[in-house]
Amino acid sequence: MRMRGLVRKEFLQVMRDPSSIAIAFLLPVILLLLFGYGVSLDAEHVPVALVVEHPDADTAGFTGVFRRSRYFSPIDFSGMRAAEYAMRRGLVEGIIHLRSDFSRQVRQAGGAPVQIIVNGIDANNARLISGYVEGAWSMWRRHMSESRGISLDIPVQVEQRIWFNSELRSRDFLVPGLIAVIMTLIGGLLTALVMAREWERGTMEALMVTPVSMKEILLGKLIPYFVLGMGGMALSVVMAVWQFGVPLRGSLPVLFIASSLFLLVALGMGLLISTLAKNQFVAGQVAIIVTFLPAFILSGFIFDINSMPLPIRVFTHVIAARYFVSILQTVFLAGNIWQVLLPNAFALIIMAGIFFGIIKRKSRKRLE
Amino acid sequence: MIKEFLSLLKDKKSRVVVVVPPLVQLIVFGYAATFDLTHVPYAVYNEDRGAAGRDILAGFGGSKNFSRSAVITHEEEIRPLIDNKKVLLVLHLGPTFSRDLLSGRTASLQVIIDGRNSNTAMLALSYINSIVRRFNEQWAAEHGRRGPPAMLVTRAWFNPNLESRWFIVPGIVGLLTLVVTMLVTALSVAREREQGTFDQLLVTPLRPVEILIGKALPGLIIGIFEATVIILMAVFWFRVPLLGSLITLYTGVALFLLSAIGVGLMISSLAVTQQQGLLGAFLFLVPAIILSGFTTPIANMPQVIQYITLLNPMRYFMVVLRGVFLEGAPFHLLIGQLWPMAVIGVVSLAAAGWLFRHRMY
Repeated sequence: MRMRGLVRKEFLQVMRDPSSIAIAFLLPVILLLLFGYGVSLDAEHVPVALVVEHPDADTAGFTGVFRRSRYFSPIDFSGMRAAEYAMRRGLVEGIIHLRSDFSRQVRQAGGAPVQIIVNGIDANNARLISGYVEGAWSMWRRHMSESRGISLDIPVQVEQRIWFNSELRSRDFLVPGLIAVIMTLIGGLLTALVMAREWERGTMEALMVTPVSMKEILLGKLIPYFVLGMGGMALSVVMAVWQFGVPLRGSLPVLFIASSLFLLVALGMGLLISTLAKNQFVAGQVAIIVTFLPAFILSGFIFDINSMPLPIRVFTHVIAARYFVSILQTVFLAGNIWQVLLPNAFALIIMAGIFFGIIKRKSRKRLE
Repeated sequence: MIKEFLSLLKDKKSRVVVVVPPLVQLIVFGYAATFDLTHVPYAVYNEDRGAAGRDILAGFGGSKNFSRSAVITHEEEIRPLIDNKKVLLVLHLGPTFSRDLLSGRTASLQVIIDGRNSNTAMLALSYINSIVRRFNEQWAAEHGRRGPPAMLVTRAWFNPNLESRWFIVPGIVGLLTLVVTMLVTALSVAREREQGTFDQLLVTPLRPVEILIGKALPGLIIGIFEATVIILMAVFWFRVPLLGSLITLYTGVALFLLSAIGVGLMISSLAVTQQQGLLGAFLFLVPAIILSGFTTPIANMPQVIQYITLLNPMRYFMVVLRGVFLEGAPFHLLIGQLWPMAVIGVVSLAAAGWLFRHRMY
């Protein structure tokens, strides 16, 4: 009964402050829309410079592959000087250079060298672009051998089978990861200031003289935000599936359980910050530092954890988002694979336990 | 003005929050944030017993990008390995691999790869393709097979080994500078409003401009200090080349700080409570970072979102940082990036100053 009153009080408080509602519902929608469309690693229509020193039928055959590809939008340049200047200005991402003796060398045994220069500043993008160039090149080889009526002579050919995401759409793995990042933000933001605010305003003392126990105060704080957070989560999942067309191959109950575990950890982290700081200013600063950037960079959402150096890899284990990203990517793209889901869920349970354990110890009914 | 500094420095927790985390974060993120793949776990399913098959597998064994973690003998073993993320990919040589190769046919190397992280999958495939291409060239030369009619000679400018750390670490300079300035500015006015000291400040003979300068200066000084430390770390710890001039770099830093402080103060003076200030800071910070081109190129975004990024000071700063660090870009090539930051800074600072007076409640 007493509990119900407390929860009601917190709910009312939440409802009256529009910012909490905004955090829970508006934030995921805006962020997911912005990032779901904005964050993409698939380059299309990459501007490249074509420098053909001596245009003829052979070079036209070669450049035609690039002109028809949706990955490139070639721009013709008359000389290397102009093309290089364009690259320095950032107008093109790469240069494809066919020398004047291209058509002669194509007919010789050694073959004609084609010079490719890519802008290596964005190394990842540069690698993707040179991958596309290679794709266009092997398509041209196939055309060549067909038109000359000779069989393609390739010793070993790679035959790739990509599971779970056969078209390698980056959105399909980024959107589930984004949900994890966004939920980290929401969980942390909702609760980061809550306890600190009560301490700062002195209402904590007022609550203390009432017969409610600390556990009840904490639960009263937690329940409304949990409900809000799950609402935001549900909204994100709906958007991922309907708006972005990410396949959901696992089951909804699994997703629900995993999300509630993660939300507990995220809210717990916010509450912990708030309890320890006892000062909204510091709590706010700490929340900015520990929630967003670690979830963005260390969770495996965009940077592969296996490729990090060992100490960093060990460190990522304290980032809750890491487990949730793994769970979400698996549930969305691969299905209910228990060997992945269970260890991650277990880690989340342990983290939630630790957070609430510390909160309980630190927030005894006691004044300083 | 001195008061602002003191109030920031007096709060011990605040002080720790502003100085320590950026350094820790630089080191952790500098190492963590890389797109280069190392130690990709893979399994070998070799049904071929020939020497040629062993040769091509040796190419993977010798690469630091891959590390073999399983050898399997049955097709049924593939699925659990990939499902459970024990390996990222399985290399499969069919029973006729060596025979096909020796008799002049095309042998096929089957790669089964986990596409859950499509970028990792794509990069791993491109590593595989280059190992196979090298093998092909060698094989064609040794066995007198006809080479391709044209081959690609690829060179990367500015970053010859395509190290993504060179790309990411200068970005982190911008990232952390932005976070620190937001920390210092975004809650400052809101806190004073909540505590009522801001009203006192307004009734003093100080003009809004002076209050504005007082609020902006600590952020500027702390920001420049942090940026300097981070730049030093980037150059001496992470060994990222700094080719351009320091004057260009610091012009960029100063203009960027101006715009970041402006936005931070604007948020802060719009907010009535600290909670709203925090929310506002996040609402700016998160999109500003994700849509800045820090990790994913702006050119890949849909046109509408590309227009939105024009309002983002981070976007221009990223270009300046990478241009100065890696390209050694001269001042005049970067003017197009510098003036938008100045405009954003001036407009947002003016708005903040106006809001000081006019947002009473």
